Amino acid sequence: MAERAHGAVETGIVTVTVRVSRFHPETDRSSGQQDYLVPAGPGMTVLDALVYIKEHLDGSLAYRSSCRMGICGSCGMFISGLPRLACQTQIRALGPVVTVEPLPNYPVVRDVVPDLEPMVTHHTAVRPFIVRGGEEQEYPTAEYLQTPVELDAYLQFAYCIKCGICLSACPTLATDPAFAGPQALAQVYRYSADSRDDGRRARLGAVDIAHGIWRCHLAGACTEACPKGVDPALAIQLLKRLIVADVLGIGRRRGPAPVAPPDMQAQRRPDIPAAPPATVPGGSGAQKNQP
Amino acid sequence: MAEAARRVQSGPPKRIGVRGWVYAGRYGLDRYLYILQRASGLGLILYLFLHIYETGIRLRGEAAWSATMALFRTPVFVVFEFILFAGFVFHALNGLRLIFAELGWLLGPPTRPVYPYRTSIRRHRPWVYALMVLTGLFVALAAWDIFVLLD
Amino acid sequence: MRESRWWILSLSAAALMVVLLTLHMGLMHLSGLMKVLGVDPGDVRSFAAVMERGRSLAQMVFYLLFLGAALYHGLYGLRSVLLEVTPPRGQGVLSGLVLAAGLLAFAYGAYVTVRTFTG
Repeated sequence: MAERAHGAVETGIVTVTVRVSRFHPETDRSSGQQDYLVPAGPGMTVLDALVYIKEHLDGSLAYRSSCRMGICGSCGMFISGLPRLACQTQIRALGPVVTVEPLPNYPVVRDVVPDLEPMVTHHTAVRPFIVRGGEEQEYPTAEYLQTPVELDAYLQFAYCIKCGICLSACPTLATDPAFAGPQALAQVYRYSADSRDDGRRARLGAVDIAHGIWRCHLAGACTEACPKGVDPALAIQLLKRLIVADVLGIGRRRGPAPVAPPDMQAQRRPDIPAAPPATVPGGSGAQKNQP
Repeated sequence: MAEAARRVQSGPPKRIGVRGWVYAGRYGLDRYLYILQRASGLGLILYLFLHIYETGIRLRGEAAWSATMALFRTPVFVVFEFILFAGFVFHALNGLRLIFAELGWLLGPPTRPVYPYRTSIRRHRPWVYALMVLTGLFVALAAWDIFVLLD
Repeated sequence: MRESRWWILSLSAAALMVVLLTLHMGLMHLSGLMKVLGVDPGDVRSFAAVMERGRSLAQMVFYLLFLGAALYHGLYGLRSVLLEVTPPRGQGVLSGLVLAAGLLAFAYGAYVTVRTFTG
């Protein structure tokens, strides 16, 4: 409490009641609640408050976090009525009582730790990687050529950090576990709209089913909840357009992006130092760079 | 070691359930429109079945038909007709908006996520407001016709 | 058939109904307003008017098309809602029930329309 000596900091501290959902799988049958009084200074996040509780008030509290800066997607929680990242939510913007619950639509591991397995299952099922036919997939020879315009067609959706928050916001997933959910569907679009990809047919076929993409009714909640501005709702609507164009045969069909043409045998300028010798003898590019 | 290797048993799945359809809480406007679209749609399909039955009454002759029409002019049914009309106006206009939006129009192109994020839902908001104004206008006209002109 | 075809059909039925249903609702439920606008459809709900409309071939085709579009769109929507509370293995039964309800309602509606047409 030495910080209290600094007047500016002291006036900046208010006490916030953090109402945390508690659940222990071995002793509890359903979730309960527990209140903690946390001194909150300016800039304090909900994750900071949970850290404070665990360090000073109750060591038995379980939560999941890692990077503390909105990159890893570990600390998705249902905070004061909306699913958000605890590390990016300012606690003093939420009023005197802040409720922290585990993300809805997931099983609970313990306290506010959700089991994100449903999201991961759907995500892996949609082939979230670039698919190329033939040898190029397993034994790539060079990079694919892509224009900046082609990059912008999918880049926004590539920023997904798999925090699972959009699946908590989705009203369809509130009742339908078979629905792929905003995260997986956005990734279907992200890879299908990528000009380097050639696996669109299989990917679209997998979501063009009764419990698939058509159970999205554009409630927009996933986009509003997304902490990274990935806009899954936009990706899903663009994916609907892609499928409809495919079905009606009106889509512009272009083959996948070509592989970069071979080395032009350019000469190294004398003022640029030579590359170090190849670590693997006979490596493809290294020998050409030898003076 | 076997104890540690045992997978931790997850608790009950906290699926929100049908409450997730009808409760939008602190989510945005689109989530409320989703609820209204679903409610009005269910109301309209229910009404369609009644309507198909009711139009069949004409096969039973003029007396039966006129009796049914007289019933529909009682105050309860007039209010019911107005609610039906309001539901139809909203469902049609919001549905028109959704046809465009779900085919990728009116949402804008993907943009790079630079903070503060500008989402497609926000870019689309003016159309939502336009829809609400139009719905309000048509519902007011319907109220005028049904309750004032009393045709 | 893939789900997309059914969905596109539902969307097309919706687009058709925005036009048809607006005409229908305007004439049948807002005749007072139509009079103000200078279109007097008369007493559209009287028995004579209903039967007379039903004897026109154009009206009969209009009503059949309308009935089909409305039932398809409405029941596809109903199935969508119910699918979200039905596990995948109950999906076939649900679709069958909805289809049966739709066919029954269409058969009755078409019977009424055709009987009115033939008099």
